[in-house]
Amino acid sequence: MNAAGRIAQDRAGLAVRESLAGRRNRSVAAGVFLGYLLLSTVVGLIALGVLLVTILQDGLPYLDAMLFTNSPSANPERAGARPAIIASILVAVVLIATALPIAVGTAVYLEEFAPKGNRLIDLIELNIQNLAAVPSIIFGILGLAFLVRGLDLGPVLLAGALILGLQMLPTVIIASREALRAVPDSVRQGGMALGATRWQVVWREVLPAAIPGIATGSILGMSRAIGETAPLLMVGAATFVSFNPGLLTQYTVLPILIYQWIKLPQEMFQGLAAAAIIVLLVILVAMNGFAIWMRNRYERKW
Amino acid sequence: MDPTSDSTAAPPVTAPGTPSAGLATLSVEDRTASGSVPIEEREVVFDCQGVGVRYNGKRALRDVDLRIHANAVTALIGPSGCGKSTFIRCLNRMNDLIPGAAVDGAVAYHGEDLYDPQVDPIEVRKRIGMVFQKPNPFPKSIYDNIAFGPRVLGMKDQLDDRVEQALKRAALWDEVKDRLKEGALGLSGGQQQRLCIARALAVEPDVILMDEPCSALDPISTSAIEDLMLSLTDEYTVVIVTHNMQQAARVADMTAFFSVDQGETGARCGVLVEVDRTERIFTNPANERTEAYVTGRFG
Repeated sequence: MNAAGRIAQDRAGLAVRESLAGRRNRSVAAGVFLGYLLLSTVVGLIALGVLLVTILQDGLPYLDAMLFTNSPSANPERAGARPAIIASILVAVVLIATALPIAVGTAVYLEEFAPKGNRLIDLIELNIQNLAAVPSIIFGILGLAFLVRGLDLGPVLLAGALILGLQMLPTVIIASREALRAVPDSVRQGGMALGATRWQVVWREVLPAAIPGIATGSILGMSRAIGETAPLLMVGAATFVSFNPGLLTQYTVLPILIYQWIKLPQEMFQGLAAAAIIVLLVILVAMNGFAIWMRNRYERKW
Repeated sequence: MDPTSDSTAAPPVTAPGTPSAGLATLSVEDRTASGSVPIEEREVVFDCQGVGVRYNGKRALRDVDLRIHANAVTALIGPSGCGKSTFIRCLNRMNDLIPGAAVDGAVAYHGEDLYDPQVDPIEVRKRIGMVFQKPNPFPKSIYDNIAFGPRVLGMKDQLDDRVEQALKRAALWDEVKDRLKEGALGLSGGQQQRLCIARALAVEPDVILMDEPCSALDPISTSAIEDLMLSLTDEYTVVIVTHNMQQAARVADMTAFFSVDQGETGARCGVLVEVDRTERIFTNPANERTEAYVTGRFG
């Protein structure tokens, strides 16, 4: 190799060395960032752990059959959460029967049928996104003005459940749209190319393929609604209900009962509140776990 | 349809008993005319005159005059962006599904105007099946994939037979007969593409359009699909878009060469340069652009 060639090679080598060094600097930055991410995670986990341990310590001694069979009582020895548990289940049923079909229907329409670039459709989409950011107490005020007083439903379980459903709509609509969008267009084209109508393709192919995602979003939306308190206080969920609630009776739900018990002076009620929190947590974790299981079980590779 | 009212204003697509080759009167006789008849003398399935496509006003393809004959493979070749995929999608009105796409010119299918306002694109796609570039089986079982078409079209009698026949026709039956209930996404790419062909065959179409059906497949799967295309011409008319000139040379009876024209305004637009028997396109093309392309000097 001649001198010029050697110089050229050295230059090239230098350039490579520099570029490799540059990568090392970046990897230091990456390490710092990774550390920060780990720290954030640990902070979150510790907070959650402390909360869980405290709740379990306080609540486990009170977590007995009476909690599920008895009604609330001024006597902490006999107090239970049965009406609140029943009401929470009823709320979930109403959500499944009302908000869920409306949300999925909206998502299917917007994603599969709505004309693209239509002003009205754009406005609706914008509104749905904004609705997701509305504070829950505002939904409570709407429920109070429109359902409880406007339609004169009164402070009944149905009114509360409907307002929770309204609050849940944007979450489920957005999640369902994501799920529908994840179904590749090739599936729709394949169906249409066989002479199927758009409706047949949506009903037989796209929707079934999107069901896991829709279900995941729906369950997450529902579990948030089940844990919600503020809008229900607004629409008059009673704090003391000693009978089994129906759709058109007064009611209280678990989060409100917990709130009520914690305010009471007797020490035992604090324990009962902690026990009720455990029940609520188990329900929510079970719902979320089911959503995760469902997502993994039906996850598809396209 | 009420048989007593067939002489009145029945829509052209389903009119029974009309003497001209209405879509519904398409029958076995129409299909089996092949063999030694020279391809130019076989029945004209598609007669395209001045066909063009615009996407949102921008012209992507113009002035295509092309006849596609029955019981033959017609290949559309040409460089990227020459509008060959756009063109093939005119033949079963798949361009209707693309927002902003507009087709002009005339496409006659067995003499009937495909773009007549009375023609239902759904009816068109029943008769003119399509296979896509990337295999796109539905995320369900092999059986349900094939059964989808017959089910949505109400052809539900002897569904098992229909599925079996379609799979046999697509040379896939022996590989999947023991696992019809398993997911179609578990098949290999080549098997998936043959499944998609079987799916198209299950609704008893007249024409199969294939838009680069082998571009995602390995050579062995490609060869299997090519054999399949050749065997399909006894019953079907096959139109294939391909990037692969050797493939066109291997399977096609007729080859149409598309290219890109740069207009005065600099806008690029696809045009049909030449269509002829495949051997002539590859050995003695009339147009020098075709020659430049097939000899590899361009594109």
